[in-house]
Amino acid sequence: MKVAGGRSPGEGGRAVTAGRAPHPGAWWLWALALAVVAGRTTNPVLLGLVITVAGLVAVTCRDDTPWANSYGVFLKFGLVVIGIRVLFHVLLGGVGGPTTLITLPEVPLPGWARGIRLGGPVTAEGLVFALCQGLQLATLLCCVGAANALANAKRLLRSLPAALYEVSVAVVVAMTVAPQLVASARAVRRARALRGDVPRGVRAVKVLMAPVLEDAFERSLVLAAAMDSRGYGRHAGLPAPARFLTGALVLGGLVGLCVGAYGLLDSTAPPLVGTPVLVLGAALAVAGLRTGSRRVRRSRYRPDTWGPRELLITASGVVATLATLLAPADLGGTALIPSTVPLEVPTLPALPALGLLCALAPLLVVRRKKP
Amino acid sequence: MIRFENVTVTYPDAPAPALAGVDLHVPEGELCLVVGRTGAGKSTLLRAVNGLVPHFTGGTLTGRVLVAGRDTRTNPPRELADVVGLVSQDPQAGFVTDSVEEELAYSMESLGLPNPVMRKRVEETLDLLGLADLRDRPLATLSGGQQQRVAVGAALTAHPRVLVLDEPTSALDPGAAEDVLAALHRLVHDLGMTVLIAEHRLERVAQYADRVVWLPDDGPPVAGDPGAVLADAPVAPPVVRLARLAGWQPVPVSIRDARRRAAPLRDRLGEPTPTPAPDLGPDLLHARDLRVRYGGVDALRGVSLHVHAGERVAVMGRNGSGKSSLLWALQGTGTRSGGTVTVDGSDPAGRKPAARRRAVGLVPQQPADLLYLHTVTAECEQADREAERPAGTCRALLDHLAPGVPGTRHPRDLSEGQRLALVLAVALTPEPRVVLLDEPTRGLDYPAKTRLAQALRDLADDGHAIVLATHDVEFVAEYATRVVVLAAGETVADGPTLDVVTASPTFSPQVAKVLGPWLTVADVAAALAGR
Repeated sequence: MKVAGGRSPGEGGRAVTAGRAPHPGAWWLWALALAVVAGRTTNPVLLGLVITVAGLVAVTCRDDTPWANSYGVFLKFGLVVIGIRVLFHVLLGGVGGPTTLITLPEVPLPGWARGIRLGGPVTAEGLVFALCQGLQLATLLCCVGAANALANAKRLLRSLPAALYEVSVAVVVAMTVAPQLVASARAVRRARALRGDVPRGVRAVKVLMAPVLEDAFERSLVLAAAMDSRGYGRHAGLPAPARFLTGALVLGGLVGLCVGAYGLLDSTAPPLVGTPVLVLGAALAVAGLRTGSRRVRRSRYRPDTWGPRELLITASGVVATLATLLAPADLGGTALIPSTVPLEVPTLPALPALGLLCALAPLLVVRRKKP
Repeated sequence: MIRFENVTVTYPDAPAPALAGVDLHVPEGELCLVVGRTGAGKSTLLRAVNGLVPHFTGGTLTGRVLVAGRDTRTNPPRELADVVGLVSQDPQAGFVTDSVEEELAYSMESLGLPNPVMRKRVEETLDLLGLADLRDRPLATLSGGQQQRVAVGAALTAHPRVLVLDEPTSALDPGAAEDVLAALHRLVHDLGMTVLIAEHRLERVAQYADRVVWLPDDGPPVAGDPGAVLADAPVAPPVVRLARLAGWQPVPVSIRDARRRAAPLRDRLGEPTPTPAPDLGPDLLHARDLRVRYGGVDALRGVSLHVHAGERVAVMGRNGSGKSSLLWALQGTGTRSGGTVTVDGSDPAGRKPAARRRAVGLVPQQPADLLYLHTVTAECEQADREAERPAGTCRALLDHLAPGVPGTRHPRDLSEGQRLALVLAVALTPEPRVVLLDEPTRGLDYPAKTRLAQALRDLADDGHAIVLATHDVEFVAEYATRVVVLAAGETVADGPTLDVVTASPTFSPQVAKVLGPWLTVADVAAALAGR
């Protein structure tokens, strides 16, 4: 099922919906599923595969929008993270091993700081361990980057329940401020060069601050006035008890969700904290959002719909996760976390790798980026 | 439809009310134009219509404002969103979403309209304003004219009965301005919408207006027939000033009406005596085959420009045709991917910023970017220090350009014209021979523009070379000796103002459209006096 990109205003609603980008939630779930895979393995081969899959899908399926280039930014950020992780390992040590590469001079620390080491021997085993851990973090970042490139976070916020509408608009507006500040700072800096000085360092902050902030304030006032004249916050005055009820339900639900998730992930937590709290939290949150949403009198233009494409995208991610989580020992389960002491060459875990290839499925159903 | 009853608006800490004793009635289905000097209260009047004044801006409003029978005292702007659509001066700053379709739908979502209605209205609006090809485009990538049309469309989709626009064409090139105004004209005639517009460039709008409201600096507003009101107002388009000169009654506001009366005047004037080509001073600015590339986009593709001392050059062209890129590349601070620039025998881009500005001064599009201190005096003193000139140089220049700017005032609180004068004075302090200005006439009223043109003429006579980028054809007629037209980063015309400007109706000033080879009312007056 391949969908053509071109369409004209006269076409029926169905064709227009089909040509639209998939539901942003589907992309975020897909990326989350990849992130779970990355969270369960330190095998560099598998992590590399995750990065490749995420990158390939992100580059092929992204829209032709300014924020679609974020994958590259996150990839660079990931490299920085690896660098920092390795640097910390070299300086502070950690996992040791028999193969010492170099020995840094060790800084003697007072007695109360026992257990912390500055300098000392750097081992091949430790270095590989740090590299793998850094790579794991970098992979997680790449997953976020891919989600960002595929589905603008703003669009995801638009899909939030109506009860959270006011909050989501505030977040969206806040998200536009940062790029505006950067653009404004650039313009002011360029203008400053016209006065004969290119400020640097601390002075630059001082000199640029006033015009940039004034500009930002002015813009936000204009935006606020525009939103007010266009009906933002209209009829939102819920009676106080209803507002309190909604707030309590949502807040309680969110706390429940957090505690439940923690209990589920931490194997040492008492079993009562896990699934039951998670379910209770989810129920509370849903109830809160529903009571809130029923009172908001606003509608949504072309809500993102959930169709077979979205199901396939999400399912492909879930397959990858399940293949990793449930991989039996002989099908790659043991290769997920290769041992570093002693060092061994990582092997490709068969089932997880196969699962990851399934995560390429979106390539088949999503309209390609126009060349 | 809109009724002001004895309305007075006073902002907190203001010495005098921004609007005083306004009684006004705009009936349904009229296009009403609000005119007045800068600071006469035009924006206040517009924003009082949907309640932003005083609900959002603060201040006290006495009297009452009724829109479609609703009192703005009890209805804040958001509750009036279904009857009043407001389009602000800077469309980009007012965008809430990031794509065209979503922006068009935003007001309807707030009003809670059902989805099928929204779909239908979005499609209608896309067609009405010619935006169908842009429906999926991110707003940030649109040109100024397209953004303005999206802003108008976003206000329209809620089907308001009143549309209020604050300077809808100030940022647009003549062609794009025509598009927007034609769309508004259609709304008034086809849908019976009531439209209220404030605009400085009356030459663009006056002909469409059914009624003009003039806000004098003191005294109550004057409303009435466009010709009759504009005939007495200090801000009037050239065609009205020409009518005043020729004594035409009733005063025409459109080119068509003026032309029908102009035959006797044309005969009396005859052909203008060709002015002898001015003695050009030395060649000051010399640019050859200039290229500028941002990312994958060619902003300039091989532009050559020679400017002599005493020349006043205007660079015109569509939004995005490369005017700003040209100025920044000439000054040397902006990007330049190819070609050479020579000022005083060397390339400004190769010099340090301080030396560069001694060769070429540039007033950017947002003059306020250049200012960062808290008083006019502090800015002037800082400019003297930066330029290593004796104290008082900048202040003396400022007093020459705009006498009587209070030194203790914050630069942000100055009027547009005063702020421009301050930035121009700062740019002139190091005594550059070449002066570049990017869109200096935005937000200036006619008297302020005439003062600016005079100041620039004086500078040129002192041996400066001036290059100015603008959309304002009337200002070009008043100021320039030579016009360069850019399109898609290439020069398409370069020659004496009269030749270039009269060659195409888009760039023709009103006087030329009425009388043929004459550019300004002042030229005509001088010719009549000499006869």
